[in-house]
Amino acid sequence: MFYWSLAMEYMKNYAKTKLTYRADFWVELLSDLLFQGVNLIFILIVFQHTPALGGWSEAEVVFVYGYFMVPAGIFGAFFNIWNFSDRYIVKGEFDRVLTRPAYNLYQVLLENLDPPSLFGSLVGLVIMVLSWGDLGLAFSVVDILMMVIFTIGSIMIYAGLFTALTAISFYSDAPTGILPLMYNISNYGRYPVNIYNKIIRFTLTWLLPFAFVGVIPASYFLDKDHAGLSKLAILTPVMGIVVGAIGLGIWNLGVKKYRGAGS
Amino acid sequence: MNSAYLELIRIRFLMMLAYRVNYYSGIVIYTINIGAYYFLWEAIFGDQKVLAGFTLAQMTTYVAVSWMARAFYFNNLDREIANEIRDGSVAVQFIRPYNYLFVKLMQGFGEGLFRLLLFMGPGLALVCLIFPVKLPTDLGTWGIYLVMLLFSFLINTQINMLVGLFAFFVENNEGMLRMKRVVVDLFSGVIVPVSFFPGWLAVTMKWLPFQAITYLPSSVFTGRTAGDDVLRVFGIQLIWFLVLIIPIALIWRMARTRLFVQGG
Repeated sequence: MFYWSLAMEYMKNYAKTKLTYRADFWVELLSDLLFQGVNLIFILIVFQHTPALGGWSEAEVVFVYGYFMVPAGIFGAFFNIWNFSDRYIVKGEFDRVLTRPAYNLYQVLLENLDPPSLFGSLVGLVIMVLSWGDLGLAFSVVDILMMVIFTIGSIMIYAGLFTALTAISFYSDAPTGILPLMYNISNYGRYPVNIYNKIIRFTLTWLLPFAFVGVIPASYFLDKDHAGLSKLAILTPVMGIVVGAIGLGIWNLGVKKYRGAGS
Repeated sequence: MNSAYLELIRIRFLMMLAYRVNYYSGIVIYTINIGAYYFLWEAIFGDQKVLAGFTLAQMTTYVAVSWMARAFYFNNLDREIANEIRDGSVAVQFIRPYNYLFVKLMQGFGEGLFRLLLFMGPGLALVCLIFPVKLPTDLGTWGIYLVMLLFSFLINTQINMLVGLFAFFVENNEGMLRMKRVVVDLFSGVIVPVSFFPGWLAVTMKWLPFQAITYLPSSVFTGRTAGDDVLRVFGIQLIWFLVLIIPIALIWRMARTRLFVQGG
């Protein structure tokens, strides 16, 4: 209850700051979408020149991309601490966070909300529904349930990985550049993983499981089983719990090590 | 006077050199991106030999050199200019005995020089080791490519200046800056070569400056554009460079009379 009311207060605060630059809010939202849209445009342009991508049809690849946008959008809205090292460690704002009674990571996340990102999820859902029709897939209530479970699993994978990487700043305050690096690797998961070579494929499935935030859970809904991916789909929530727990563990260890910088 | 501008190049170069560690990860990031597109294009080509005038070998080279060219010409002058306008420090620049836009250009050039030597150069070498990139064997091609690369930088910088200067007219142009970045990446041909665009879009692109940033020079590099066409393509770049001076000069004249500093 306490945590819920906190979230509400932060939301209100966010709305107030955004209302000062109203026009800019919309431009930002649009440019965010465009940012996401580039990959979609890439897919659409490319499929004008080829009928299939590694055995996947256009509607299927678009469907996978639509799925990817849903967890990615929710994740982006709640996890926006890309400047954590600068703001909280180097400038020392983490001291302030630690003196308060709510869980530190929760506070940090709420201070950096980015709700416009949720709009991407909405667009992703629309894309999924449209290509669902294109593909002529059967629909059942179970699909909605699975969609919710997969989405939560995917978000936890993202959250776990990036929390763990952000926690590196507790150990080293020098910029490591590993976050943008990982963010770029995550792009690989949006496309059918069977087009990559074995090493990359293994990495994306088991080591940095970005394939579980995109192609693997999405293939559960498709009729055709590509490269045995839909069998793995059911593991999405399991991977989510494992990766999420590891991420949180590394974070908590890091907080223990935190000494505060400067004055 | 000129020595002052040269000094600006030198200082920015040294400043970038001090933070060079940031760019080592940049090389890896660009290699990862090139890798992603390499595998994608491989799957896209499948059994097909030629797509939109590209063979797979040409496409690999195109993707590699385009991304690495981006590593060179990319800069944040738009954001720098917008920030200086917003926090008011541009007012101090007005009273100094040099041209503000030239100063920005020189700083951008210093950064570009750093990026060419420590980012694009080693990056391209690394990419050539990993992926089957075919470098041109003709020395003339290298020569004209380097000249065109310089114009890529100039045109991209001009567009950055235009967008940055818009901060004179709106209170916050952060959204615009982001939008510009996406538009330039997409339409310049880094992500998809312009010849892949559907008909109407490809025609529109012929009349916009973006193709001059990546698509035209990279086409020369891959050998798709050869002979007299090279001169024609270089002419397009030259014309855009000259044409873009006009709106920048106009905006600069208009802007100086309406500086509005927020909380300065």
